[in-house]
Amino acid sequence: MATVTLKPTKVPELMFEGYSITPDAFAGKTAPQIADLPGHEGKFVLKLGDFFEVSGNGGETAADTDIVITGDCTRVKYIGARMTAGTVTVNGNADMYVGGWMKGGKIHIKGNMDSFCGIQMEGGELLCDGDAKNHVGCAYRGDWRGMKGGTIRIKGSAGNDIGTAMLGGTIIIEKNAFIHVSTHAEGGTVIIKGDVEGRVGGQMVKGEMYVLGKIKFMMPGYQKVGTVEKEVDGATYTFDHYIGDLGERHGKSKGQIVYANLYLKAAA
Amino acid sequence: MASGEMIVKGGFIIDPTRKIDGDVGDVAIKDGKIVDKVSSSAKVIDAKGKIVMAGAVDVHSHVAGPKVNAGRLMRPEDKFISGVFRSGMAQKNGYRMESGFSIPSVFKTGYDYARMGYTFVMEAAMPPLLAPHTHEEIHDTPIIDEAALPVFANNWFVMEYLRKGEVENTASYIAWLLKATKGYGVKLVNPGGTAAWAWGLNCLSLNDPVPYFEITPAEIIKGLIEANEYLGLPHSVHLHQNNLGNPGNYPDTIAALKIAEGFKARNKFGREQVMHSTHLQFHSYGGEGWKDFCSKAKEVMDYVNKQKNITIDLGCVTLDETTTMTADGPFEHHLHSLNHLKWTNVDVEMETAAGIVPYIYDKNVTPNAVQWATGLELALFAKDMNRTFITTDHPNAGPFTRYPRVIKWLMSKKAREATIATMKNSDKMIGLTNIHTMDRELTLFEIAQMTRSGPAKCLGLGNVYGGLAPGMNADVGIFDLNYKNLPSDAEKIETAFQRAACFIKGGEVIVRDGEVVSHGHKKTVWVKVKMPENPQVTRDVSQAFTQGTYTVDIRNYPVREYLAPHQSVIDVNVEA
Repeated sequence: MATVTLKPTKVPELMFEGYSITPDAFAGKTAPQIADLPGHEGKFVLKLGDFFEVSGNGGETAADTDIVITGDCTRVKYIGARMTAGTVTVNGNADMYVGGWMKGGKIHIKGNMDSFCGIQMEGGELLCDGDAKNHVGCAYRGDWRGMKGGTIRIKGSAGNDIGTAMLGGTIIIEKNAFIHVSTHAEGGTVIIKGDVEGRVGGQMVKGEMYVLGKIKFMMPGYQKVGTVEKEVDGATYTFDHYIGDLGERHGKSKGQIVYANLYLKAAA
Repeated sequence: MASGEMIVKGGFIIDPTRKIDGDVGDVAIKDGKIVDKVSSSAKVIDAKGKIVMAGAVDVHSHVAGPKVNAGRLMRPEDKFISGVFRSGMAQKNGYRMESGFSIPSVFKTGYDYARMGYTFVMEAAMPPLLAPHTHEEIHDTPIIDEAALPVFANNWFVMEYLRKGEVENTASYIAWLLKATKGYGVKLVNPGGTAAWAWGLNCLSLNDPVPYFEITPAEIIKGLIEANEYLGLPHSVHLHQNNLGNPGNYPDTIAALKIAEGFKARNKFGREQVMHSTHLQFHSYGGEGWKDFCSKAKEVMDYVNKQKNITIDLGCVTLDETTTMTADGPFEHHLHSLNHLKWTNVDVEMETAAGIVPYIYDKNVTPNAVQWATGLELALFAKDMNRTFITTDHPNAGPFTRYPRVIKWLMSKKAREATIATMKNSDKMIGLTNIHTMDRELTLFEIAQMTRSGPAKCLGLGNVYGGLAPGMNADVGIFDLNYKNLPSDAEKIETAFQRAACFIKGGEVIVRDGEVVSHGHKKTVWVKVKMPENPQVTRDVSQAFTQGTYTVDIRNYPVREYLAPHQSVIDVNVEA
């Protein structure tokens, strides 16, 4: 395993598009070659070396490459986007599109993330110790093909539009979320351990949602069908089981209509 | 239009208008026109070892107007998946950013057509009420000359007049509308069916009555052919038939084509057909459902081949993810219920409607593979390539940027077989189509007929576009293909037509080595009919605006001059 360390040296005036910060791009390259990789700031093409001090060479393959960013990346986008293997660790905040379209490997953001993290993710693991803004694991604007696989775990709270058009994978928000959870989803699992404002599962066709806190405003298209015990993220709770969205089309399996499921933790 | 002299030297010239097929020669250009000869000081463009053709003409493409724009708004992901976000060209040369794949931005539309050597593109369906927007967008599309066909076949005036058999009134109304919208000709989209859609209905057969108007699609088509020939317009009626896209629709298609029997083209523009039947691929299906959905290209082309007063374009499926958009409102609803993707539906007052749905033509889905074969078979069964044009009904069956790929498939059986070999259900597809047994490979001459001389003549523009004879527009494409020694690798045919080695328009070099080097001088072409005033039509039109049938005032209806600053007007005089 080879570790490449990036030490932020300059705060970009605009946002720096760090789409080259992936184990895939770093693999097989020396530190000076890595510093020479491109990134956009506005319409200008600059280099990683303009914003980071690079030390350590990349591994032979992406899987052999670990990237550690030792400081704040509040103004750096696309960290780990499209990566297929290896790891990226940021000892601070990150801007938008962390781990977007990623297929494998692991990303650990120790601070907060901005919006669009894990957008259309297909595999791998994305962990954030702080909060995420909006559009966690959602589809690209307009697209109907959302997150397909992998796991996103936000230890803090998240904003709105979580798992829009999700098809697979798991999103765990350990604190609260705002509105629009699993909108248009046709698969996948979203777990919210805190409270949600509302619009949970609107136009959802298929998939699972777990809410351990409260939903302030319930969608009218969901109907309670029973109470069940379920294990969620290592602990077992009693849930009120809702199906929906009753206003949306649903497929059939073995003659039974398959609804989306919302499990809301039952009042003690 | 560039002044000065230029000579394209030593290329293999392919010009069906003069029956020149691969002779080595020069093309002389002066003041934006092709001339017999130029002086020795003319700028020389070397075309040695390359083919030289006239600028290409697209007879049917949806490139400007409200539904194209609604498609762009509805599909940001279309830009994301395939757009050129940061065109090197844009940054280096100060040209505009290009984005989008199936619904490209106006700049990408102009640039990509130019890169493929296209000089003229017909916007195939303009809702008259929204003509001002259509013209704004046409004006914003660089390089290519464009015209637009307003839609007539679901228009309340037209249906009222034709129900009463009033062809002259219909013709007067057409003349008024072409002038108001700066339109080019008469487009019919799902005659009667789109009007029926306002009642939640459709007209799938030619004899389904349109609700309220009590007229049938067959009567609308026949009446509009009569009105079109009464006026003697440069283009014939341009028909998108009823029952599009459904299994077993080919008898309806042939029945609609038969309406043209007995009519003779009456015009001063060299046009011979009285009906152009567009994107015929979507109308040439057999089978009772999707399981036995099959190609009936042979049956349809057997009829087209013997009926000389019809032209067609293919509407080839290119097996891409694309965006369907049409004034055939009920069809788009049907498609949305099949693929569940997002759907836009618009009603345009007394005139038409429109729908938009994204669609993925998947080569592993048998009906899509059959559609792919059907489009190519139409061309391979065609006997007169001057009446058979290459289109993809952009963006409905695929984006126009795939024309070079369609050309590759038409010119190479090997290329067709290579595509068939990648299909999951190739055996099934082969059983439902003819393509596997067809050995025909089209020649470059035939491709030039299908993309140059043919469509130009069909549009009544054969005197300026589609050929390299002296007096015609100096629109010349040079492609890196050796006529004497065509590459055995068909991919190279696609590459050569995708990016012209050089493209000259109006005597100005627009593309060099596949890259745009000038924004050129585009024109908007429209048809102005001069005829004696028809008091009844004038009264009917003004009443529609004053009595509140339209939501706009008549003063705000026409396309104002500033929206179409570079006009090229074709005058048509109708004697009293």
